[in-house]
Amino acid sequence: MAHRAVALGPLRWTGTAAAVLVVALVLGTLAAVASRAGSGAALASADVAAVLFTLQQAAVSAVLSVALAVPVARALARRRFAGRRALVALMGAPFILPVIVAVFGLLAIFGRGGLLNAGLGALGLGPVSVYGFGGVVLANVFFNLPLATRLILQGWSAIPAERFRLAATLNAPVGRLLERPMLRDVLPGAALAIFLICLASFAVALILGGGPRATTVEVAIFQALRFDFDPAKAALLALVQVALCTVAAGLAGLVTVPAAFGPGLDRVPARWDGRGRGARLADGAAIALAAAFLLAPLAMVVAQGFVGLGQLPLQVWPAALRSLAVALSASVLAVGLALAMALRGGALVQVAGVLPLASSALVMGTGLFVLSHGWLDPGHIALPATALVNAAASLPFAFRALAPAVGRIEAAHGPLADTLGLTGWPRLRWLYLPRLRGELGFAAGLSAALSVGDLGVITLFAGPDSATLPLVMYRLMGSYRLQAAAGVALMLLAMALAVFWAFDRGGRGHAAA
Amino acid sequence: MKKILTLASVAGLCLIAQAAVADTPVLTVYTYDSFAADWGPGPQIKSGFEETCGCTVKFVTAGDGAALLSRLELEGAAGRADVAVGLDTSLIARARETGLFATSGVGESYDMPVAWDDPVFVPFDWGYFAFVANKGAPEVHSFKELAASNIKIVIEDPRSSTPGLGLLLWVKKAYGDGAAKIWADLADNIVTVTPGWDQAYGLFLNGEADAVLSYSTSPAYHLIAENDPSKVAWTFDEGQYMQIEVAARMAASKQPDLAQKFLAYLVSDKAQAVIPTTNWMYPVVMPKEGLPKGFEMPVAPDKALLMSPDEAAAARDGALEEWRTALSR
Repeated sequence: MAHRAVALGPLRWTGTAAAVLVVALVLGTLAAVASRAGSGAALASADVAAVLFTLQQAAVSAVLSVALAVPVARALARRRFAGRRALVALMGAPFILPVIVAVFGLLAIFGRGGLLNAGLGALGLGPVSVYGFGGVVLANVFFNLPLATRLILQGWSAIPAERFRLAATLNAPVGRLLERPMLRDVLPGAALAIFLICLASFAVALILGGGPRATTVEVAIFQALRFDFDPAKAALLALVQVALCTVAAGLAGLVTVPAAFGPGLDRVPARWDGRGRGARLADGAAIALAAAFLLAPLAMVVAQGFVGLGQLPLQVWPAALRSLAVALSASVLAVGLALAMALRGGALVQVAGVLPLASSALVMGTGLFVLSHGWLDPGHIALPATALVNAAASLPFAFRALAPAVGRIEAAHGPLADTLGLTGWPRLRWLYLPRLRGELGFAAGLSAALSVGDLGVITLFAGPDSATLPLVMYRLMGSYRLQAAAGVALMLLAMALAVFWAFDRGGRGHAAA
Repeated sequence: MKKILTLASVAGLCLIAQAAVADTPVLTVYTYDSFAADWGPGPQIKSGFEETCGCTVKFVTAGDGAALLSRLELEGAAGRADVAVGLDTSLIARARETGLFATSGVGESYDMPVAWDDPVFVPFDWGYFAFVANKGAPEVHSFKELAASNIKIVIEDPRSSTPGLGLLLWVKKAYGDGAAKIWADLADNIVTVTPGWDQAYGLFLNGEADAVLSYSTSPAYHLIAENDPSKVAWTFDEGQYMQIEVAARMAASKQPDLAQKFLAYLVSDKAQAVIPTTNWMYPVVMPKEGLPKGFEMPVAPDKALLMSPDEAAAARDGALEEWRTALSR
């Protein structure tokens, strides 16, 4: 780190400031909520049960998502076929959809009135119920399999092409020498990210959980703020989430073993392994199954949305523009912070890079509300506050996309840059930015797409005239207008995919994942 | 000297005139989203009131009644609200405790199945909670029948939604100490418990359940807005629990008279006539032209159940624990 500090010069301070800002946003808003009157009550037994359930579903979901993602990512890494890129992008859609839309899509397949049960019924088989612990895990895997696949796929494409070439020349086992070390490097981080996302899951657990057994900490926070108006208790619960997150991040850091491939020459990998018929069949099956699992519910969202397109109220258009503006601001902010943090490196940014995942949007929003109240009109800061919280929410993903790439660039080209005396801004300009184009585009696209579909904290601030697209959708749902809401959901899906595609494509310099 | 005086008075008059133009008072009304939505009662009530008040009505919205109260509590006495519209009977005890609201000064005789004499909170619409299902599907007419049947229902979480809380109090009011047993028996009928009304209703419309906890007026929405007569609200022999939505003016409001006028307007014939087909609830004062078709009262007034705010506040935590225990098994 000492070396990087010298090479970065003032850039290092930017990274420190970014990390401090993120930590302050998470903990500061929490403290602001805690500062409001409340019982300050200790956790009740129901809250302890909620913590245990939260941990349990998050752990199972994380392990399952990552385990299922490995064969899919490997198949995608070593196969080239027409439409592969489009498929990879499309398979990412569940991750960026508003939770409620995805849940309805999922239920259209797996629910009591879904296609699966219709099919089983036709075969004379009894209905299967998706509601319960299994449903929660199913939904979490649906949301997070794309992320896990993407993170692991990145790991694969980070193995220098020369290593595959060498392995092929020596007829050495690619799996043991290249893939397994890479997985040991990538999997803990991927599992951690998904664990943390599931830690803060709210609507999914409630809708698919089937009852109060499936109560997560986030639900308890919601109850404390909305129905009991006990901000101190909400803050306490949020603190529990942050603590769980920090412990999990520490554990993941302990088990991660960095893969040491050494530098490559930035070449596109060609693969000589996996050419046998068995491997091809297995890869084909992995891709086909994952695509079916991820795309069938999406197809239902699209089908239901088409019906509603004719009923869209006029306010969806200004709302769509607002959502776009929020998404672009959030994306720039998230990528800027993530890049500054990734360049800095170190323990502080590692924590700051995951912390927002486990923070509660409701607590963050309420904290911002408390902090701004009295000197800022909530209606005026609705969109900036939403962009800020959305940026924080997508920062961990942007960071995870950028940090390993920065490490690789430093390992491969750092010494040469040092010899040339390339430090500070010129180092960023000439060494990092050109090589990070792909990752930056991906991070920006992902942040923007996540932000498009995220309700965020807009409900806490918005007046009737500053709604974003997700808020319009929720308002339609809350007024019996389900078909129109489905139409808006389709718009959201299309917008999220479009911004992701635009950024991702804009950034793709070479054929990365 | 005289000239100077004249000049001064002209300037003074100009200032006064300017102030009058600039100072069209703004009445800030905090309400929930669907009240202020284009399709809600908000826009018509705003324009109707503005015709007579010489003021501008500005809506500030929160997600639902509970979110609305939380927002008012967060803002405290320094808040900008003049009037709050959209709290309900289950929130009144908590709202009263905050001390943020002032005596309404509105005295009206209301057409509701229960008497109303709260000096602070002014009712503006009401409804019955009811299970809504498709016509022609098997029907039940009591919680016991429902529990004994194979009918699958979706309900809302009493910890995060007002209909959910309404159902909890409904069962408690009807069965008292026997409520826990009813919940235990209902457990296998409940497909799932959603955070809010919108998700539950969506699940029902998508065929995930045979019935959903909603309002007795839900079928009227489908009939009037969608020309779809296929929905029916079940009436229960135990009686039907009520929800009364209320408005109140804020003690900290700098425009107490205007706020009071707004509350009076809210229960006037003109505003009440807007309620049924925008908020899909019953008006508290019967409009001259009566109720639209589809709004026929399904429940005899003596079957209306409601806990007083204090009774509801006292019963809530115990009932919640019974509910949680019974459904967690």
